[in-house]
Amino acid sequence: MTYVIAGSCIKDDVCIEVCPVDCIHPKPGDPDFETAEQLYIDPEICIDCDACVEVCPVDAIFADHEAPSKYDYALELNAQFFAERAPAP
Amino acid sequence: MSGSAPRARVAIVGAGPAGAFAASHLLTGTGGPEVDLFERLPTPWGLLRGGVAPDHHEIKRLDRTFDRDVLRRARCRFFGNVEVGTDISHSDLIRHYTAVVYAIGAQTDKSLGIPGEDLPGSLPATDFVGWYNGHPDRRELAPDLSGERAVVIGNGNVAADVARMLTLDSGELERTDVADHALEALRQSSIAEVVVLGRRGPAQAAFTSAELRELGHLDGVDLRIDPADVELDPVSEEWLASEGTFTARKNLELLREFAARAPRPDATRRIELRFLRSPVEILGSGRVEGVRVGPNRIERDDNGSLRARPLDQDPETIECGLVLRSVGYQAVPLPDVPFDERRYVLPNQLGRVFDPSSGETVPGVYAVGWIKRGPTGILGTNKRDAEETVACLEKDLEAGVLPPPANPDRGQIDGLLAEVAPHMVTVEGWRSIDELERRRGFSQERPRVKLASREELLNAAEG
Repeated sequence: MTYVIAGSCIKDDVCIEVCPVDCIHPKPGDPDFETAEQLYIDPEICIDCDACVEVCPVDAIFADHEAPSKYDYALELNAQFFAERAPAP
Repeated sequence: MSGSAPRARVAIVGAGPAGAFAASHLLTGTGGPEVDLFERLPTPWGLLRGGVAPDHHEIKRLDRTFDRDVLRRARCRFFGNVEVGTDISHSDLIRHYTAVVYAIGAQTDKSLGIPGEDLPGSLPATDFVGWYNGHPDRRELAPDLSGERAVVIGNGNVAADVARMLTLDSGELERTDVADHALEALRQSSIAEVVVLGRRGPAQAAFTSAELRELGHLDGVDLRIDPADVELDPVSEEWLASEGTFTARKNLELLREFAARAPRPDATRRIELRFLRSPVEILGSGRVEGVRVGPNRIERDDNGSLRARPLDQDPETIECGLVLRSVGYQAVPLPDVPFDERRYVLPNQLGRVFDPSSGETVPGVYAVGWIKRGPTGILGTNKRDAEETVACLEKDLEAGVLPPPANPDRGQIDGLLAEVAPHMVTVEGWRSIDELERRRGFSQERPRVKLASREELLNAAEG
């Protein structure tokens, strides 16, 4: 299981601050931060701790199996972001 | 506080997201300044209330955070229904505050510069957005929805929002906080087709993929895209491979998926996305009857940026009764405050406003949000932007480089406001509005039913 970020993300960055395993990207200052339309959770690293869900001001984060059906795409989208992302220099 | 200097006092002008994030940063901790938040409307939160589409109610929940981090802080006051530049001047603020932070956003729209643009029936999309969101200044807009087709010019999220609002199933609309006058008009709407025109190609569309995906999954709406329109030209192909963002690749993938779908026989409305098309003239005698649209191709200019260049071909005419122009927001200068006429922002470095003629910093004057960086980014972008401005302001306060105001006491600004803004809305007034709107919404299973005229808002505030 993992958590996923859906399309209503506004790039407030409180989730990044509370994530204990640093699995939410891009982060402010990353080269792809400004152009990213939302933040993404790396499903390979997420430990399902729920910390990000509690702080998200717009309720954009869900456990993947609990996401409303309109966000069915989100799991694949979050994973795909990391699969396509250039490795950190 | 005996023995220590009095608290600095900061005025923030504009209670939209940028002003709210700036206030929130200034109000964190215990030693910071007092903050007075000025707003020209009786209600706070700017485009969160008046811009974000009603069906994006998750995003509107950010108001809970703003309420907690701004209005509920002891050092913060809200001064709604007070317009800086009209009711009270920039120099009044300078006389009463240690620092003034402008967060006034970009209040008008960019024009297309084509004939017929101002015909009745051709509207800035931003006015239409204000109308359906219950902005009191847009209540009388009365967009003509009696034609069968509307044309939306532009390819950003505002264009996607208005196309969606024009086609959204009324059952869905009824569960939102859309303004009642708009709900009624949209229920009666005859618009069956919305054509959305992009000047550039599918790879350069400025929609977020979240907004584009939504357009493809609306109940009862067929999203049509000509498969030929999503074939990339070699310049775009190369650009996407070398400079394309994750969103641009995702958008193209979605557009191709939608273009390949069979038409939906059950659909009662349609949205058509067309690319590489620019309006050259808005047609009509006395009111909008159509748009002349010419084809473009993508070229790289001398700086390497992509540009849409018109092809030497005859334009076609798309008949329509409504045109919504959505090619960007533009800021409006404020009396007595420096303005960059080329970039449409307050000239600033990291948020410190400077006078462009002398290059000197204007002490105690700051900018944040769209009036600082131009109309770009999404809601959260303002958080980092506000952090930057507030860091400068706090550094200046600490360094003692801000001259103390002539009238530093709260009572002095309060006295002036009582005189110039007798119908000012305070936090208590806003709470009365908010409670009434939510209560009205509760019985209809809506988040709120907005009071959509200044008169109703002020009556509720004085409740």
